[in-house]
Amino acid sequence: MEVKNKILDKSFLKKILSSKGAYLLLLPGMGFFFTFILFPLIYSFRMSFYKWNIVDIGASNFVGFSNYVRVINDPIFIRATLNTIVYTLMTVPGQILFALVVAILLNQKIKGRTFFRVAYYIPVITSWVVVTFLFEYFFGSQAGLVNFILRDMLHLVDKKIMWLTDPILVMIPLILLGIWKGIGWSAIILLAALQSIPLDLYEAATIDGAGIWHKITKITLPLIRPTLVFLVVVLVIGGFNVYISGLLMTKGGKPLDLSHFILTLMYKKTFTYLDFGYGSATSYLLAAFIFVVSVIEIKLLRRKVEY
Amino acid sequence: MLTTKEEKIFRNIAYILLICGVAITLVPFIYMISASFKSQIYTFEYPPRLIPRDPTLVNYIKALGKDLFGINLLNSFFVATVTTVSTVFISSLMAYAFSRMRFPGKEVFFYILLLGMMIPPVMLIIPQFIIVKNLHLLDNLWGLIVVYISVTLSMQTFLLRSFFETIPRELEEAVLVDGGTRWDIFRKIILPLSKPGLAVVAIFTFLYAWDEFPWAHVAIREGSRRTLPVAIALFQSQYLTQWGLLFAATTVASIPAVIVFVIFQRYFIQGVITSGLK
Repeated sequence: MEVKNKILDKSFLKKILSSKGAYLLLLPGMGFFFTFILFPLIYSFRMSFYKWNIVDIGASNFVGFSNYVRVINDPIFIRATLNTIVYTLMTVPGQILFALVVAILLNQKIKGRTFFRVAYYIPVITSWVVVTFLFEYFFGSQAGLVNFILRDMLHLVDKKIMWLTDPILVMIPLILLGIWKGIGWSAIILLAALQSIPLDLYEAATIDGAGIWHKITKITLPLIRPTLVFLVVVLVIGGFNVYISGLLMTKGGKPLDLSHFILTLMYKKTFTYLDFGYGSATSYLLAAFIFVVSVIEIKLLRRKVEY
Repeated sequence: MLTTKEEKIFRNIAYILLICGVAITLVPFIYMISASFKSQIYTFEYPPRLIPRDPTLVNYIKALGKDLFGINLLNSFFVATVTTVSTVFISSLMAYAFSRMRFPGKEVFFYILLLGMMIPPVMLIIPQFIIVKNLHLLDNLWGLIVVYISVTLSMQTFLLRSFFETIPRELEEAVLVDGGTRWDIFRKIILPLSKPGLAVVAIFTFLYAWDEFPWAHVAIREGSRRTLPVAIALFQSQYLTQWGLLFAATTVASIPAVIVFVIFQRYFIQGVITSGLK
């Protein structure tokens, strides 16, 4: 029996070691990946140091860091960065908070759980283009529901608010959209984490006379901390990458380029003004920023779970 | 977990809150569908009515009959289907190599591939534009497909690899003892046993390709080659306040995604949980 096993192991090992087959399996995927992901990544890095000539690439001049300097000193870029940071600071806690409530509620023994899960997830699977227009309709159109509620139902304001034409006010529908569209995804992730918490912990707490609030803050939150850290990191990355909603709702940074996000500015500089150097430098700055922020978040948030 | 009385109260509160939440989540869609059945004048009616006065199909007839909408719809189906089939095939080959074979450089390849999960796709749009232009694939549906496959590949390979790893190796040894090849293992054991995993990959890829906007917006200029998201975005800038017409188009565009999701939601949620995919 032992001998037989050894022979089996050997032939198995031999097949494993014939690595030609493995490379063949990787070839198509890696081909795509190198051509359309890795090569562009390097190419774009190079472009960010050139005054890029799109008609005659050979005539592009190396300009060192001047694209980066240009971007950093551009007041429009600074404004776009501030907008993006505000968007992220509002949408990340917003999504997590609401998602946590939904997840905790869904984690009870309730009927129709599948229905609720599906319903909360629908905004996530709908195209950004579609939901952005929905929010434009609610906030901006003549028949906008939001102004109707604020003015005619609650009498909080005495005239219709022009949400979409003011560079500061437009952030409100954009932020609400970001939160509304993201809750379902975070809730599913949190629900999975909640379901992994053993029930006897709660039972023991009940015997000790702990209330709901106590259970949530002393048992639930500490135990799902790794998931919360994961969510913060992923959602912050998503927040910095906000693009489609801004592009469509502000019609490309209107008015006066004051309502840009970093990526909508990158798009406009690149494909409207054909300033490819500026565009590439912007995306690398964004990537570097995201990287640094993610590392800091992980360092700060990932403490060992103590209990 | 809770005492009976407390439990009862809490559960009732839970229902009320959940139903309010669902209302906030779904009301925008209900308004969208409602507006799509309103004739032009009623979309400006103030206060906005949820139930349309004199519901009409005219927006749907107009939107579907609109010069290119039908073609745009077909383009979206073509791009999403080809992307999905290709990605499932290519990423399952890679995932198999990563989960079952040993070869020099395996770690390096895997980490390079993981890098793809961390790069925000919009960041690559500029160089991709230049590369695709040089390949003469701008204004071409294949220019969309090759980029979509590449963007989703890392995530899907990663996901499938973790599915493949859960399959017990004893089964494969049995095939090898019977004189079978690796290809037999892949086809007769790995693929049939990872159907849920393959379904997850297929659904995610389909929805991604169906909804994708930034790249399609840059790579396609010709109206007849556009996919739905781009067509709808430009449609809106053209017919600024024709909300009924616009929402008939967005309703049609959203239906396939919702159907795919509702049918496969069980797999879908499993996939979200395993991979953290969006």
